[in-house]
Amino acid sequence: MGEEVKLLDFWPSMFGMRVKIALAEKGVAYEYVEQDLRNKSPLLLQMNPIHKQIPVLIHNGKPICESSIIVEYIDEFWKDKAPLLPSDPYERAQARFWVDFIDKKIYESAKKIYTKKGEEQEGGKKEVIEILKQLEQVLGEKAYFGGECFGYLDIGLIGFSSWFYAYETIGNFSIEAECPKLISWVKRCLEKESVSNSLPDPKKVCESLLQFKKRFD
Amino acid sequence: MSKEEVIILDCSLSPFCNRVKIALSEKGVSYESKEEDLFGSKGGKSELLLKSNPIYKKVPVLLHNGKPLNESSIIVSYIDETWPSSSPLLPSSPYERAQARFWIDYIDKKVFDVGSKIWRSNGEEQEEAKKELIEILKQLEEALGDKDFFGGEKFGIVDVIAIPFTSWFYAYEKVGNFKVEECCPKFSAWEKRCLQKDTVSSVLPCPDKIYNFITSMRKNLGLE
Repeated sequence: MGEEVKLLDFWPSMFGMRVKIALAEKGVAYEYVEQDLRNKSPLLLQMNPIHKQIPVLIHNGKPICESSIIVEYIDEFWKDKAPLLPSDPYERAQARFWVDFIDKKIYESAKKIYTKKGEEQEGGKKEVIEILKQLEQVLGEKAYFGGECFGYLDIGLIGFSSWFYAYETIGNFSIEAECPKLISWVKRCLEKESVSNSLPDPKKVCESLLQFKKRFD
Repeated sequence: MSKEEVIILDCSLSPFCNRVKIALSEKGVSYESKEEDLFGSKGGKSELLLKSNPIYKKVPVLLHNGKPLNESSIIVSYIDETWPSSSPLLPSSPYERAQARFWIDYIDKKVFDVGSKIWRSNGEEQEEAKKELIEILKQLEEALGDKDFFGGEKFGIVDVIAIPFTSWFYAYEKVGNFKVEECCPKFSAWEKRCLQKDTVSSVLPCPDKIYNFITSMRKNLGLE
């Protein structure tokens, strides 16, 4: 068949994880190329000249950038297996809305937890809990955000769970205590090979983040 | 033919609302526009808006048979998928669709915020913002290449997303004392081509209205 698929990524990136999960869901073989973000490779700069960011999917030499866009591309190109987006246009719009919400909100608020102290850090913790509680409401009683099947919105959020241990350790709080339903959903997702093979060890993420903090403390 | 109720919670000057209306017009879908009072001079945002978009409380909101949709780019994709038979806005190949979505995301991240910096400031800050806008438009010129539209031969989703911002350019030009056409002639040529379409010209507000709006905002901010 001769599909050449490469993924330019950085191992702790929750955005890169989305792409790895999507490729795994579709059973697509690919070459993983770890990037050093402090010393960006010529390939990364050539394939994503506008944003110079990971993840980048390179499919038969052609680059696709921005994690949500890559996941939709994967879903549309390998359309015969494991549909990721719902088929109904309204449901699709809802899934896209919540992934966009996640993209707008979580990363910046969570950053305060590991880059700030005192009141600002407390603010970050409160914001993250509020966001996760909002997402719990969206999940409702469903097994997955996609309903009975794991889908686009599950993929959009699950990578962040590998950073929860780091947030909790550094911020000294428990996400499970505030959002038990969400943590049940996380555990359910981790039972899937496509997810457990794509997420890093949360302890490694925490270690890495603590090292990152040392440089700025 | 089933009765479709399509309502847009609207603001006539908003480029985000206008892209939704252009998309509906491209599909030949009739809709009702309800202008929202965003600045509180007539009682503020409606209950319907606050109920339909509780997360962001922003326009546009599309209400399709009572069901709300939020975030203009998501709404435009919804319109394309719901009324697929007439003039598809997204290209058909997965790669070209990914490219279109990339440019939509780029435009959404950059154009309006940078443009706003131009009229919300003076002096060096304004100069920086002008430079940034020109760089962004030059990048879009590269993406356009020699095509008539971002969609190729036909007006497509990136064109729908981008064109409403151009009705704000006259105001940026007057406030910032520059001309987009001089710096980015290809972009201006594309703009003129789009404005020849009824679906675009019937929706976009007169640039003077936007200039008047910006002037009064600048006065309120103590910039004039």
